[in-house]
Amino acid sequence: MDSVLELRAIRKSFAGFAALDGADFTLRRGEVHALLGENGAGKSSLMNVAAGLYAPDGGRILIGGREQRLGGPREATAQGIGMVHQHFHLVKPFTVAENILLANPRGRFSRGIETIEREIAFCTNMLGFVVDPHRRLDSLSVAEQQRVEIVKVLLGGATIIILDEPTAVLTDEEADGLLTTMRRLAAQGTAVVLVTHKLREVTRYADRVTIMRGGRHVAACDPKTMSTAQLTELTVGVALPSPVREKTARGELRLIVAGLRVEHETGRTALDGVGFQVRAGEIYGIAGVSGNGQSELVGALTGTTAVAAGDIWMSGAGHIADRPPAIRRSGGLAAIPADRYAQALAGGLSITDNYAVAGVMAGRYGPWGWLDRKAMAKAAAAAVRAFDVQGVRGLKQRAGLLSGGNAQKLVLARELAGDPVLIVAHGPSRGLDARACAAVHERLLAARARGNAVVLVSDDLDEVIGLADRIGVMSRGRIVAEFDAPADRQAIGRAMVDHG
Amino acid sequence: MAICEFIVNWAGGVPATALPYALAALGLIVSERAGVLNLTAEGLLLVGALAGIGASLAIADRPWVALPAAVLAAMAVGLLFAGLVVLLRVNQVIAGLAVVFFCQGLTSLLGTLAEWQNHPISGLGKLIVWPLSELPAGTHALFQQDGLVYALLPIFYGVHRVLFKSMTGLRLRAVGEAPEAADSAGLGVTRYRVLAVVAGSALIGLAGGYLAVGGTKMWFGGMTGGRGWIAVALVIFARWRPWRALFGALLFGCIESMVPRIAAAGISVPQYFILMTPYLVTIAVMVWAGRGKGGADLDEPGALGRPHVREERR
Repeated sequence: MDSVLELRAIRKSFAGFAALDGADFTLRRGEVHALLGENGAGKSSLMNVAAGLYAPDGGRILIGGREQRLGGPREATAQGIGMVHQHFHLVKPFTVAENILLANPRGRFSRGIETIEREIAFCTNMLGFVVDPHRRLDSLSVAEQQRVEIVKVLLGGATIIILDEPTAVLTDEEADGLLTTMRRLAAQGTAVVLVTHKLREVTRYADRVTIMRGGRHVAACDPKTMSTAQLTELTVGVALPSPVREKTARGELRLIVAGLRVEHETGRTALDGVGFQVRAGEIYGIAGVSGNGQSELVGALTGTTAVAAGDIWMSGAGHIADRPPAIRRSGGLAAIPADRYAQALAGGLSITDNYAVAGVMAGRYGPWGWLDRKAMAKAAAAAVRAFDVQGVRGLKQRAGLLSGGNAQKLVLARELAGDPVLIVAHGPSRGLDARACAAVHERLLAARARGNAVVLVSDDLDEVIGLADRIGVMSRGRIVAEFDAPADRQAIGRAMVDHG
Repeated sequence: MAICEFIVNWAGGVPATALPYALAALGLIVSERAGVLNLTAEGLLLVGALAGIGASLAIADRPWVALPAAVLAAMAVGLLFAGLVVLLRVNQVIAGLAVVFFCQGLTSLLGTLAEWQNHPISGLGKLIVWPLSELPAGTHALFQQDGLVYALLPIFYGVHRVLFKSMTGLRLRAVGEAPEAADSAGLGVTRYRVLAVVAGSALIGLAGGYLAVGGTKMWFGGMTGGRGWIAVALVIFARWRPWRALFGALLFGCIESMVPRIAAAGISVPQYFILMTPYLVTIAVMVWAGRGKGGADLDEPGALGRPHVREERR
């Protein structure tokens, strides 16, 4: 028995949604242990419980064989558990040494800086990379900042180090460098947890792997004894029966995207030559691991992200790559954004206002400054009934008070009103329960049957396979493969994770 | 010769006029480095001034009574402001403005009720430092300064040391730049912010006390005349750095102490034009400081004006 950390039957819910549903995890001394799963499988939540950030609703935490109750990150640190988050907890205008000193005090300031610089040199020497302690943090690359985080955690005395999706922000070379370092660290006795959804890293670097799905662990094994296909199947699960999708006649072209490029401020290329076409009465699904350019693609289509190069043509609106969102919307674009409370609804305004705003823009409720409030309320009431938006005490209720599923239904009611030329939906059922999810899918299929063109971007592979007529798989800002329905789930899964 | 005398007199007046700006700006820097946007300076100056005069009239007409009274009174108001914005997370701009208006009303009321208005006090005397007073005739105006003027450099040096060369300062700045990082490093963000606001308020109170006890030597309502607002602008001009704030304060001291001397020299410039020049300069300075891309390179503390709420789930 040399398990240093054991999590047993951990449960944790957020606003009624069970993120962890009896998850188990065992970590041994001196191993690199991968925690594999799709987005929303509960990997990060489980590790946040281990790091003391989330208080679990149920279950037991054993550290070094003794049951512990972690009241906060400091207590986890005291137990030797350190976590490197996806978003670094570092102070940008401080130097490397100051950042590390802040988390690991070493007496008086000037003496402390000297001590910590010596310790940094020792630690980085052991890990096999170089960090200049005098550099300001904001002059470092992301990979270098990550090293600072790792050194910070190790100098805090961590014997268990948890890395949450550490390679998501790294290039391949940097990722290989990091993971090699982690192997070296494990060889010296530290236990390393690698949270990831990349199979390649698991098979190449991990001693053991725990696979999670739907908030539980589904398997724990040695990845070297498993085939990629087996791992994929364990990760994405067996396909559920698809929703009923009737055959429709595909109509004329509604959207042509060609050679689309989007660049980040940092110079990183987010979209690199994306091209596809969507016809009327068709759902074009975009599958992929999140963070591979999906958000940027949705932004480019809806007009919230600047396009560096390439063309977007939409029937009814023409070439819109550099036109503002208002032009696109008046040309018949409907958008169902990923973050419904931040991007789709104004939480502080009433349900009526949120529903009617699209019609106000189109002048449906009278001229500017002379709105027919009665007509707005009537239309909103009809929409609330038609789309079964529940939890509405009155139409003057703030939209921000609606639960996720009902908020999404309100968004759908507004966006699908009229006859949109093109619907762009991003993760439309994310965070919704099964019934709300089914309602959303039904509405999207109805729009398809009505002859609307739909672009469906989703991290949920089941959703894409169930709804889409054609599926493009995105990886690293490109569409790397295209499949026609009925698509082979395993083939899509492979295309998603194979960066090769 | 007349020109020479004019310049000596003018330069001699600069430190005394610059001192309130310098101390107030320094106090604001301490608070804002911890991430609390602080607009209360005008109100705290008034509170400090009234407390200084009040202590002189009611207890003893001594600067070592008046100035601590000014500091303590301002700290009390600062604690109130810190409670509002740090503990209750009230919008920092609105709370700051509210505190200023509250202090304006309160000081006018108390000053009238206690009948402290227009009662002159002897206040802070000039300190003659020996070797300097032996310098050639004609330069006396330069070296007849209040004791607090000589204390200004040690105060600035001390605050600079604490902010940039101590663990306390490192933590205070971390709280102002990245409260999430400070929190995960185990620091009490709330505690540091309250302490920074109160400590900053003490400096602003000292500035207010000096205005009354060392400057006007009497109380009248609204006597600070907008100096607190100029201090707010100075902080931005100084990019939240103490020594730059001192430089900026001297700049404003030069302009302000020029105003009465131009009038005295009989140069006919419209009086109101001269009175508005400090504010004109303030606007110019703000435009200059704000040039470039949207304040990104202003060195503004990363979490300035943003209350810290511990995240449960992103």
